[in-house]
Amino acid sequence: MDKWFMAVVVGPDRPGIVAKVTSALFNGGCNLGEASMTRLGGNFTMMLMVQHDGREKGLRDLLAPVVASLALHLHIDSIKAELHHHIEPDVRITLFGEDRSGIVAHATATLAEAGLHILSLESDVAGSKNRPIYVLHIEGAALEGVPSLESALSIIASEGIETQLTPVDTVMG
Amino acid sequence: MALLEILQYPDKRLKQSCDEVVLFDEALRTFLADLEETMRAGPGGVGIAAPQVGRLEQIALVDVSAKKKIKHHGRIVLINPEIIEWQGSVVGREGCLSLPDFTGNVIRAETITLEAQDEFGERQRYKMEGYEARAVQHELDHLKGMLFLDRLVSRRSDLFKRKVYK
Repeated sequence: MDKWFMAVVVGPDRPGIVAKVTSALFNGGCNLGEASMTRLGGNFTMMLMVQHDGREKGLRDLLAPVVASLALHLHIDSIKAELHHHIEPDVRITLFGEDRSGIVAHATATLAEAGLHILSLESDVAGSKNRPIYVLHIEGAALEGVPSLESALSIIASEGIETQLTPVDTVMG
Repeated sequence: MALLEILQYPDKRLKQSCDEVVLFDEALRTFLADLEETMRAGPGGVGIAAPQVGRLEQIALVDVSAKKKIKHHGRIVLINPEIIEWQGSVVGREGCLSLPDFTGNVIRAETITLEAQDEFGERQRYKMEGYEARAVQHELDHLKGMLFLDRLVSRRSDLFKRKVYK
C-alpha cells in the first residue's frame, strides 16, 4: 500500500465532521498520514494525507455518503508522501496590526526575499467587526540567516505592523 | 568506551520512573563515559538520560556549550537530581533522541535552581536559565518516565509571551 492522496475537505462547520470523514476512510481500508484541520471563519477545512490502494475514484466513492450528508466539498489529488522528512523551523514570526488588504501578500513577499521558507502559517481576524485586527503566525526556516529576516521585519514594522521574531533553538535531548 | 543503543519510543522503559543511584563507583563512571559518547554521537544532542539507553536510574548528562552566546555550566553530570526552584515560563522547541523526525513546543521554567550529585557522589547546586535550563528539564523528565510529548502545546500558544512578575 504505497499510493497516497491528498484529500481536501471544506464545508460549513459543525461538531463531528472529523469523526465521520475519518471513519468512512478507516472502514474503507484507508490509512491516514499527516493532517491539518482547522475552523476558518465558520468553515470546516481539512487537508488529509490518505493512503489508499485503489484509484482516486474509489476514494471519492468511499467519501460520497458523508460528503453529501454534511454538505462538504471534496477535492482529491494523487501525491508523493515523503513522510519522515520534516524540515525543522528555526524561526517563529508573529505579525499583527489593524486589518487591511495586502498584509499577508506584502509581508510574505518581503520575508521570502529575505530567505524565509514558510513551513506553517496560521492567521486569524481578531478584534471586533468595526475594528478588525489581523494576526499572523509563521514558523519557517531562515535560509539566509536570522539577521536578514530581522531587516525584512523592520521594513514591515515601518508600515505599521507589529512584528516579533523568536529564534527557534531546538533542544535535542 | 562504547556507544550505547538509544531506545526509541514506544519502548515502555522510556515511560518508567527511575531508581535513585546509591553506589558511586568506577562502574558508574564508566557508564557515564559511554553515555556521554552516545549523547555526542547523536545529531545535535545536548543532553541524554540513562533510561534512554535502558538503564532505569536517575542519571543524566547535559552539555549545551556548543551553542553560541548562551550561559552554561559546560558538561554537567546530574545524578539523583532535584529542581528546588522554578521561575518564569517560556515556550521553546524540543526534540528527542528517542523520537526521530518530530519536534514540538513545550512550556518550561525560564530559570531553575537544582541540586544533584556528581559522578563522585558530591552534592552540587546549579542555577541556570534559558536553553540550558530547558535541556535539564527535558532530561529530568526522562528520569520520571516523561517525554516532551507529554507536555506538547499547540503551535499558536507562544503568540503572547508569558511572564511571571514578582
